[in-house]
Amino acid sequence: MMNPRTVQKIAFFSLFLSTLLIVVPVGMIVVIIVQKGLPAITWQFLTDVPRQGMRAGGIFPAIVGTLYLVLGAVAFALPIGLLAAIYLSEYARDNVMNRIVKLAIVNLAGVPSVVYGLFGLAMFVVWCRFGASILSGALTLGIMILPIIITASREALEAVPQTFREVSLSLGASKWQTIRHIVLPNAIPGIITGTILGIGRAAGETAPILFTVAAFYLPRLPKSIFDQAMALPYHLYVISTQVPNVDEKVRYGTAFVLLAMVLTVNLVAIVIRYKFRKQKKW
Amino acid sequence: MDKIIVRGLNLWYGDFPALINVNADFKEKKITAIIGPSGCGKSTMLRVFNRMNDLIEGVRVTGEVDIDGTNAVSPEADLIYLRRKVGMVFQRPNPFPLSIYENIAFGLKIHGIERNADALAGVIEESLRRVLLWDDLKDKLKRSALRLSLEQKQRLCIARLLAVKSDVLLMDEPCSTLDPQATERIEELMRELKNNYTIVVVTHNMQQAARVSDETGFMLLGEMVEFAATREIFTAPKDKRTEDYITGRYG
Repeated sequence: MMNPRTVQKIAFFSLFLSTLLIVVPVGMIVVIIVQKGLPAITWQFLTDVPRQGMRAGGIFPAIVGTLYLVLGAVAFALPIGLLAAIYLSEYARDNVMNRIVKLAIVNLAGVPSVVYGLFGLAMFVVWCRFGASILSGALTLGIMILPIIITASREALEAVPQTFREVSLSLGASKWQTIRHIVLPNAIPGIITGTILGIGRAAGETAPILFTVAAFYLPRLPKSIFDQAMALPYHLYVISTQVPNVDEKVRYGTAFVLLAMVLTVNLVAIVIRYKFRKQKKW
Repeated sequence: MDKIIVRGLNLWYGDFPALINVNADFKEKKITAIIGPSGCGKSTMLRVFNRMNDLIEGVRVTGEVDIDGTNAVSPEADLIYLRRKVGMVFQRPNPFPLSIYENIAFGLKIHGIERNADALAGVIEESLRRVLLWDDLKDKLKRSALRLSLEQKQRLCIARLLAVKSDVLLMDEPCSTLDPQATERIEELMRELKNNYTIVVVTHNMQQAARVSDETGFMLLGEMVEFAATREIFTAPKDKRTEDYITGRYG
């Protein structure tokens, strides 16, 4: 038998070590990318089109393409996700149909992103005849982030105290008035946070846009939602694996921009959550 | 005049009978107290009048509850109209996380009563005056209602009902979270309000029932055991069970 104190120390040490192990890779990724990518960041790099077979110039079209895709994905997924969340948390009763829907959402969250890509290709590019376009890509990404938005919105709605609903109904408000004036305003911080996390996810994924929108090399800005577009994650993949002799600086510079965009978006989510939690009202 | 007439009322939660053949007449512009031990069905009784029991799944009601000539428990009853007329004050003061002003304006807004800003302000002032909050709060109407004291919150919740012109006030243990001084002041307010409103109050506190009510109903295991003038219930109860309860033999 070991001394309980020794066991305790071992346990504490292993727990601490495991926690540390989470921090190390994150820290290293950030450090390496900042170290190697930051020198590439110039005004020209951010605002110019790629030149010399993407070995020089900038990544502006990819930044713009990613922004368009993310905006499109949110414009599609937020209304649908929010309405579905309201239905699930406020109206749906606990029955078979409802459980199937909830199961579907969980599974949607677990689908590998490349499968979304294939689905997007079959559904939007081919069947809907949108072709490889911003529209197809945004819809594919939108479906991918739906579960994030639905789950976050549902949790936010369900966190609004039941008594608020009761009081509102007892004052003669209809169910919809109660949702509209009492439940939703109090759930908005959580809904925003979930949406922003979805944005971060959509901005970073490669596979869903691979077959649906991403252009290998398109040194101009898209003119309509039916145009193809470059996007940061795919551009990074291309210059890292498909184009020989790309300067390391350019690759890490692109990775830096992508990482910075995603981290900024997540940071905004954290700040919003923190602000609202501080002034939590009940 | 009887404001609420209850005849042959039964209510089940699933298979459990929570109210059994209740008959009672609640007089207009009086305070009626419903007393009884925990689980006797007194809160359920109260929630029949504004149909808040509908929120619970598996509730079944038979019988008749006549309020101003319409049967409140009929499936055809207009719940929005009913709940506006029959307002409820809850055990825990529960203002919305909005400003004092908006808390009162909420009811007017959802019922589309006052859209004109001046008229709205007038109704809000009037409601706050009635619950004696106006002088303290008239300069703080934009403040969050959550920063008020418990007693002020409870008064605000009452004002919220007065603004939509409820004429029956249901009070579910309205003082149970308040200290004795605040309780006394709320009871004073109830006496004041009964000039214009019919009040039904559920209370654990027998002394409160004795102090504030005109009539009292004693409930036990879902039955209305005795329903009479408060003085009668407390001095000469007819039923042995009532006597045992008010003399503290159980409960």
